Amino acid sequence: MAMAKGRAGTAKRAAGTAKRSVAPATGSTNKKSVGKSAKKAATKKAVARKAPARAATPARGTSARSARPASAPWRVQPPKGRPVLLVGTRKGAFLFYGDDARKSWKLDGPHFLGNLVQHLVLDPRDGKTILMAASAGHLGPTVFRSSDRGKSWKEAAQPPAFPKMPEGEKGRSVKKVFWLTPGHASQPGTWFAGTSPEGLFRTDDGGNTWSPVSGLNDHPMLATWIGEGGTPDGVFTHSILVDPRDANHMYLSFSTAGTFESFDGGGDWMPLNRGVATDFIPGPAPEYGQDPHCVVLAPSNSDRLYQQNHCGIYRLDRPGDRWVRIGDNMPRKIKDIGFPIVVHPRHADTAWVFPMDGSDVWPRTCIEGKPAAYRTQNGGKSWQRQDKGFPRANAWWTVKRQAMCGDWHEPFGLYFGTTQGELWMSRNEGESWAMIQSGLPEIWSVSFGYLR
Amino acid sequence: MKVFVPSPLHRYTAGRSEVAGQGKSISAVLFDLDRQYPGIRFRMIDEQDAIRPHIKLFVNGERCETLDRALAPSDEVHIIAALSGG
Repeated sequence: MAMAKGRAGTAKRAAGTAKRSVAPATGSTNKKSVGKSAKKAATKKAVARKAPARAATPARGTSARSARPASAPWRVQPPKGRPVLLVGTRKGAFLFYGDDARKSWKLDGPHFLGNLVQHLVLDPRDGKTILMAASAGHLGPTVFRSSDRGKSWKEAAQPPAFPKMPEGEKGRSVKKVFWLTPGHASQPGTWFAGTSPEGLFRTDDGGNTWSPVSGLNDHPMLATWIGEGGTPDGVFTHSILVDPRDANHMYLSFSTAGTFESFDGGGDWMPLNRGVATDFIPGPAPEYGQDPHCVVLAPSNSDRLYQQNHCGIYRLDRPGDRWVRIGDNMPRKIKDIGFPIVVHPRHADTAWVFPMDGSDVWPRTCIEGKPAAYRTQNGGKSWQRQDKGFPRANAWWTVKRQAMCGDWHEPFGLYFGTTQGELWMSRNEGESWAMIQSGLPEIWSVSFGYLR
Repeated sequence: MKVFVPSPLHRYTAGRSEVAGQGKSISAVLFDLDRQYPGIRFRMIDEQDAIRPHIKLFVNGERCETLDRALAPSDEVHIIAALSGG
């Protein structure tokens, strides 16, 4: 794994160096370097991809940035309804219906037993629509939808798929629908899906028909951003975030390219990776080519982002564009590698990570077989270990990037699933942990919602 | 013609393992199946018209690797789902 990463990184770094001059679109500090050659290169590539409309997008993106809303306060309305945990596994989907006290959970499932369920998400806007990103060992990827809280399911009439390329031209095919994100509150029925290989798809009818988001999928720089190395499992498009203040302001991340930002609803994208390390390649970190594992937006402050990366834990305060490695403040013995990161819904300075072993051949297990979450309450200046209730030894599992989440209760509840099929929760902000269920298949995603 | 459908696709055919398809090529038969059983084709054939890695097609017992293979009404098409591992 580490070797593959290194080779991929070399290719990515080369591409990153070549592309630095296009950086203008990434931030105001580089605006002066918007050279003719960079524009020419982007235009040339756009023509080569038969996407002439793309040539004008850098200017559009830059002007859109100035229209970005300032750091305005807004009210977060806590959702109401019956708690539900939605668990996606390597062998199907499971729902856990909770009571108001979150003390008992009723298992409903498996749904789609044997199917590979990458992500399972309840629509917070209506409290009853659930989308499932799924495939099967033999079969291609698709999306299943339930509009009745998981009682019945229908397959999307038009699942995420790239356009068919003309004969003789190489086109991309969706291998996995990897990530699902409900759209902005003002756009009911809109969802976004991230795929492997790299791709963004959108539905405006609650998940029945999906269309490629050309602004990303045909972006003249996309192939350069992604690089030619990659990993054998492919590039994952994940952490699709929609700014609650502005439906047009979005972020997404690629597992081999880093984090990107759009100010026009996905029409144009710019890298947002300053300050994020790429330890797997020599030399200074390039403008893109990073490996974010999970990027989240603080629900109580849309100018605050956190990132658990392949190379550390970071915080970003907008409108700044340089990530700060807050993982440097983790205990040295633990370091700051992991997959998930969760932010408190009401306190933007409070966040949790679940560190894993990133040494040697990257075991990616609990460090020394001893599970622990780490919490910061000051934006990453310091971290506290939280392991009460966990096994004291011999727990060699992993918590994947979509497999940790929180609710909106007071006190805040945390949930996660493991690669060994255990579902855990804390009702008291990580002070103590209890297992909800064991014996599930390998857990890939855990999300929380309120059924209405 | 007769088309034999493996169990991973039975949720589309209401549990039937043998269905009738029409067309003068494998491609046409698969489109006909999709008309009868919406969504079934994309689970077997990707958006670039490539047969998915774990789907194998046989005509009268012979492996068929391209979708333009011509068919006669008396031919039998077997769709095989091939997977290993746990």
